[in-house]
Amino acid sequence: MRILRRVRVHSLFVSSRAKRGIWILGARGEDRDSPSLTLAGMTNVFLKRGAQLVVMALAVFGLLGAGDQSARVNDLGHRMMCVCGCNQILLECNHVGCAYSERMRGELVAAVDRGDNDDLTLQGFVQKYGTTVMAAPTKTGFNRVAWVMPYLVLALGLIMVSVIVRAWRSRPLVLPDGSVAAVHGTELEYFRRQARKDTEV
Amino acid sequence: MSQIGSFALLLALALCAYSFLAGILALVNKGPGSERLGETARRAGIASFVVVFLGAVVLVVAAFQNDFSIAYIFHHSNRDLPAPYKFATLWSGQEGSLLFWALLLSAYGLVLRLRYKTDVRLFAYASVIIAAVQVFFLLLLNFAANPFGVMQGTLPADGTGLNPLLQYPEMVIHPPMLYLGYVGFTVPFAFALAALIMRYPGEKWIQITRRWTMVTWGFLTCGVFLGAHWAYSVLGWGGYWGWDPVENASLMPWLTGTAFLHSVMMQEKRGMLKTWNMWLIFSTFMLSIFGTFLTRSGVVSSVHAFAQSSIGDWFVAFLAIIFATCLFFYVKNRSHLRTEHKLESLVSRESSFLFNNLLLLVACFTVLWGTLFPVLSEWVQGTKVTVGPPFFNRVNVPVALLLLLLTAVGPLLAWRRTSIDSLKRNFLWPAIGAIALGILLVALGMKPWNDVSYFYSLMTIMLSALVALTVISEFVRGGRVIGRHTGQNLFASMVQLAHRNTRRYGGYIVHFGVIVIMIGFAGSVFNQDKEQEMGFGDKMTIGSYTLVCQSYTQDDNPNYGSEWAVMNVFKGGKQIATLNPERRFYKASQQTSTMVANRSTPQEDLYVVYEGQNPDTGRPIIKVHLNPLVMWIWVGVWIMIVGTVVALIPNSVPVRVSAPVRMRAEPVGAGD
Repeated sequence: MRILRRVRVHSLFVSSRAKRGIWILGARGEDRDSPSLTLAGMTNVFLKRGAQLVVMALAVFGLLGAGDQSARVNDLGHRMMCVCGCNQILLECNHVGCAYSERMRGELVAAVDRGDNDDLTLQGFVQKYGTTVMAAPTKTGFNRVAWVMPYLVLALGLIMVSVIVRAWRSRPLVLPDGSVAAVHGTELEYFRRQARKDTEV
Repeated sequence: MSQIGSFALLLALALCAYSFLAGILALVNKGPGSERLGETARRAGIASFVVVFLGAVVLVVAAFQNDFSIAYIFHHSNRDLPAPYKFATLWSGQEGSLLFWALLLSAYGLVLRLRYKTDVRLFAYASVIIAAVQVFFLLLLNFAANPFGVMQGTLPADGTGLNPLLQYPEMVIHPPMLYLGYVGFTVPFAFALAALIMRYPGEKWIQITRRWTMVTWGFLTCGVFLGAHWAYSVLGWGGYWGWDPVENASLMPWLTGTAFLHSVMMQEKRGMLKTWNMWLIFSTFMLSIFGTFLTRSGVVSSVHAFAQSSIGDWFVAFLAIIFATCLFFYVKNRSHLRTEHKLESLVSRESSFLFNNLLLLVACFTVLWGTLFPVLSEWVQGTKVTVGPPFFNRVNVPVALLLLLLTAVGPLLAWRRTSIDSLKRNFLWPAIGAIALGILLVALGMKPWNDVSYFYSLMTIMLSALVALTVISEFVRGGRVIGRHTGQNLFASMVQLAHRNTRRYGGYIVHFGVIVIMIGFAGSVFNQDKEQEMGFGDKMTIGSYTLVCQSYTQDDNPNYGSEWAVMNVFKGGKQIATLNPERRFYKASQQTSTMVANRSTPQEDLYVVYEGQNPDTGRPIIKVHLNPLVMWIWVGVWIMIVGTVVALIPNSVPVRVSAPVRMRAEPVGAGD
């Protein structure tokens, strides 16, 4: 019996490498024995301790990130496309006997087993199969534009909406000519209808 | 047969051209006889439906009669093709699908032209605009993509058959639904442009347009999700959405159409966003045409078969004409679109609609941008790049989460202004419920800090709970008030409440459907799969299931040969199902196709794919996916459809209370 592979399939949510961190907290005694317990002193201690924790956590994340090989294969395999023309993610290409995906998966496992880092592995695939092997644009050169543009549009949209809201709020109300007593007939009906609309929940 | 079809298309073109030109003359010329001229234009438009229908019937009859002298029938049918798929031949290829498009457009035009008495002049303008669009598609059918082109040389004995991927029951209904959506946006577009051209007084056109848009949007929703379900059931890769350009093309008008359905309420209620709404509906129609251009021009690569063709230039020209026309009349008549009211508070329904529109349009832009970026990249740097699921997911998931948050908050905001106290009062318990659910999920083992996808999944479930609780609280609060007045039980009161303002409560039901779908999406984070070669009696374990290969065999019929396996499924040591994953080889087209065996439950789908045989051992290779919560997506779509239908039902007369009300009652069942 041949076990071919076991992977997690494509998800609608962004898949990133699984990372686990261990938070190492300082012993309470150290704080209690510290020479200064003034507010400023305590703030300094907390800031220093916080910075140490961040550095430590980053180190732990970094070290652990390089660990689990099957997770790395899974992650990298979902960042590349099968190049047979099926337009599917490499690990999701389901063509039996596909001339490319089986070989590419083998090459990916070999690269991870060799200890190549992510960039090196992906670079190797790009050199061999071309830029279209990457499932998403890289974050270098002109390709950065692909990533930046949606956020830029969102930011511009937010600014635009803010400007519109401000303009609308500062706009004076346009009152109809004549006094209230002059309103009658269809005009009165219009205002009644508008008042009904405005006071609805 | 082909002559009848070709003649029908030519006659349809002449009728539509007449309807367009005579319609314009009748509208421009105020002299005597213009009314009668307008009437002839309307009748020519009606007649165009009959003639296009005849053309479509001829093509279907040709498919049933195996008339392979028609090139289209040769390429998309064969003698042994089952009858339902022969019927589906009409929309299985480029030319046929364009004819189907023209048929639906003429059918929409027929309904519009028959209902002209609603507002004779507005409908006359809209009829002329629809005739113009009909002329474009009929020009295309007559001169660029004729479905009645004949085969050259010796008459072939049999056709090359229908693409195997299309030989699935849903393919008989998915394209019609999708096309009803795409084509349907022509009608709101026609009304909007007509209202702008004639400086239509009042908001009646908006009410007419809204109803058409809702129907169209409902069809498009069905079409998009039927496509997703088809991809899930047929393609065999375990997913339902791959961000293919064709899928993206259907999503873009859906997003702008959704934005329009929300923002149009501001125009109806407050006379605001008139320009915005006008351009939203213009954009939605243009995106429908643009999507067609994308998928039929070959400008982007797609797994869909329409990608190779040369009709792209026609669509570019048509898009340019539409845009120029819209811009011209907007510039000419923009003074007609002045806002009537000012925004009074940032915490109001109006501002929530503004942000909702912003997010929907950003999502639409992202999809468009990602779809076109490979072309742009090739143009700028000379190398094509792939923009696939990782890009779309990373950018769109946060936007979708923000939209979910607005879906929860928006309905709690009143028009004009909302006091913070009222917001707190309405929002507190749903928020506590959502947070409690989040804590419970973390306690049960969901670790959002492990992976950003888990974080998104948790946030989706929490925000969905928030939306569900706000929707339920709205129903319950309104139902209670009606119950107090009428003495009915809570359920009956809630039904009456929904009937009093179908649009508002239908909308809530649609929102509820959306969150059920989102929960289904959130489940995809926990997908698993396993692939294994399986002989007789071999076992495979995935999740809590054990699959045992009972047997594998081959079968044959005139249309296809097949290989399939019999898999017994066990859970907790007890057999719960037998699944038959299958792989077919279609003889006419010489292509293979997968028939997935899927055991679907609300908790998860056990999705079994027969991938093929190992040539060395002759044993089947079976791939099994365990996909949690997928059924929620399809259930959510049904809920959305129910909500849309409810929203289309006219409101009942508000309940009249004869007895004096002793308690202070908030107005219920009113407003949107």
